[in-house]
Amino acid sequence: MTIYETAQTQSSNADINRSGQGQINARQISIHLGEGAAEFEAVHSVDFTIAPGEFVCILGPSGCGKSTLLGALAGHITPSRGDLSLDGKIIAGPSPERGMVFQHHTLFPWRSTLDNVAFGLKMQGIGKQERYAQAMELLKLVGLEDSAHRWPSQLSGGMQQRVEIARVLINKPRLLLMDEPFGALDAQTRLKMQELLLSIWSRIRTSVVFVTHDIDEALFLADRILVMSPRPGKIIENLVVDFPRPRRTELVTTQAFMRLKRHCLELLNHEEGRQLPRLSPLGLPLEPQPCFAV
Amino acid sequence: MAQLNVSITPAKIYGIALQLGSIILCLIFWQVAATQRLDFGLITFNNVPTPAAVLSAVWQLIHSDVLWPHLISSLMRVFSGYAVACVLGIGLGLAVGRSKQAEKLLMPPLELIRPIPAVAWIPLAILMFPSSEASMIFITFTGALFPILLNTIHGVEAVDPRLIASARSLGASQSAILREVILPGATPSIITGLSIGMGTSWFCLVTAEMISGQFGIGYYTWSSYVIQNYADIIVGMLLIGLLGMGSSYLIKRLGNFLTPWYRLQGKS
Repeated sequence: MTIYETAQTQSSNADINRSGQGQINARQISIHLGEGAAEFEAVHSVDFTIAPGEFVCILGPSGCGKSTLLGALAGHITPSRGDLSLDGKIIAGPSPERGMVFQHHTLFPWRSTLDNVAFGLKMQGIGKQERYAQAMELLKLVGLEDSAHRWPSQLSGGMQQRVEIARVLINKPRLLLMDEPFGALDAQTRLKMQELLLSIWSRIRTSVVFVTHDIDEALFLADRILVMSPRPGKIIENLVVDFPRPRRTELVTTQAFMRLKRHCLELLNHEEGRQLPRLSPLGLPLEPQPCFAV
Repeated sequence: MAQLNVSITPAKIYGIALQLGSIILCLIFWQVAATQRLDFGLITFNNVPTPAAVLSAVWQLIHSDVLWPHLISSLMRVFSGYAVACVLGIGLGLAVGRSKQAEKLLMPPLELIRPIPAVAWIPLAILMFPSSEASMIFITFTGALFPILLNTIHGVEAVDPRLIASARSLGASQSAILREVILPGATPSIITGLSIGMGTSWFCLVTAEMISGQFGIGYYTWSSYVIQNYADIIVGMLLIGLLGMGSSYLIKRLGNFLTPWYRLQGKS
């Protein structure tokens, strides 16, 4: 089935989230990064909720703390203040319920594509045959069943991210967290991936939090956009995007889209001229340390 | 995959000729220096046997019945010491690489012991171990331990923290992370350590076999000096070089076999 065909089915079950799971409540979240004198507030007193099955983009300039917030949702970073919960349960540490996709793939280079996708099931102690069957299903979902036995390094950037998405989805997460997952791809591939993601989301209806600094991407994908401003990172606008689904690439040239885009540009322009270092969902970017083997 | 490129080009033939020529030139120099008993003041070839004498000594050794006992006792010592060094080096390396506590606890004494050369261990080794065999194994062990240990630590510390974070998000426990992420991620570096350690283990053999014994390549080399069989010294040296090179090569092949994914990286 092509991406186009699957997109047809998007509208029919768009409002169905059978489980009703994936409700996020964030209350007064503040996150501090760094130690001692270098400590700073990356996220300042942020409130938001995400409904089950909702697709939310966090939009903001580089270094505004959007990835940090995502890291907190994943459980890799602990907020210094506030409550963060998924379906009423306080988030403490990483969990397969909250799948995370990074900007650059984190597939294990020593495992085949199939083994990478099956990893989550292996961790649950599921037998080889069963986990390979399920992994194959997910590879079909992302259109990569022919690459099952290749090494991750033999795949293109777009394919690697598709495997990464499949690997996360095999755990049936309530929440899918994505940190600029298509940021490193070329424009053409990026558009295809956005359509593929929407098509997958229409069938596997989890809540999605998608971090990006690309206005077009946020408007194309989201039900709702949380616009953030940097240092300290706070949400400056809660923008509902009600373009009908299924969405096609042509959407980005319509009047309504342009109007919203102009609005977003104005919001982000307030912060122009300030270049901040990119933060990561694992906290501060690691300083490269010289390390010698003997 | 276009990995094999077997076409013979003139540039390649030239390269091989250059390499062979270099070895032949060294042999010619050796022959001339030894027959002419060259004396440069600082260094003298007065007592150095000629290549021909060495060759005939090799011939004699091959046809004597002492070669195998020498070889087997050396191999046994090197591999026993090496095996213990593998287990301890990789085990301690994983612990130190993963835990700051283990690093603080283990590294100061290890760093202190590391620069001590094998020769310096001889007296203490004789006093500490019940048999001379055990003390010889201990000395080959000290040679192999540190390259394996340090490369394991380096490999563990170089594992991408994002991979560990991802594994945790996918539901991996601490022990699963060690087994599924840390160990395979550190394997290329561990194999480098194993390969270097194999070399240094042979390197320490002569030192170890100076202790005692009637057999062993190192003992053979040392006793040849004592009884003034100068050609046999060089035979012993060449044998150690050859065995060290051969076993390092085996480790490398084993490494390639264990990490088929590694050579592909960066070539996509």
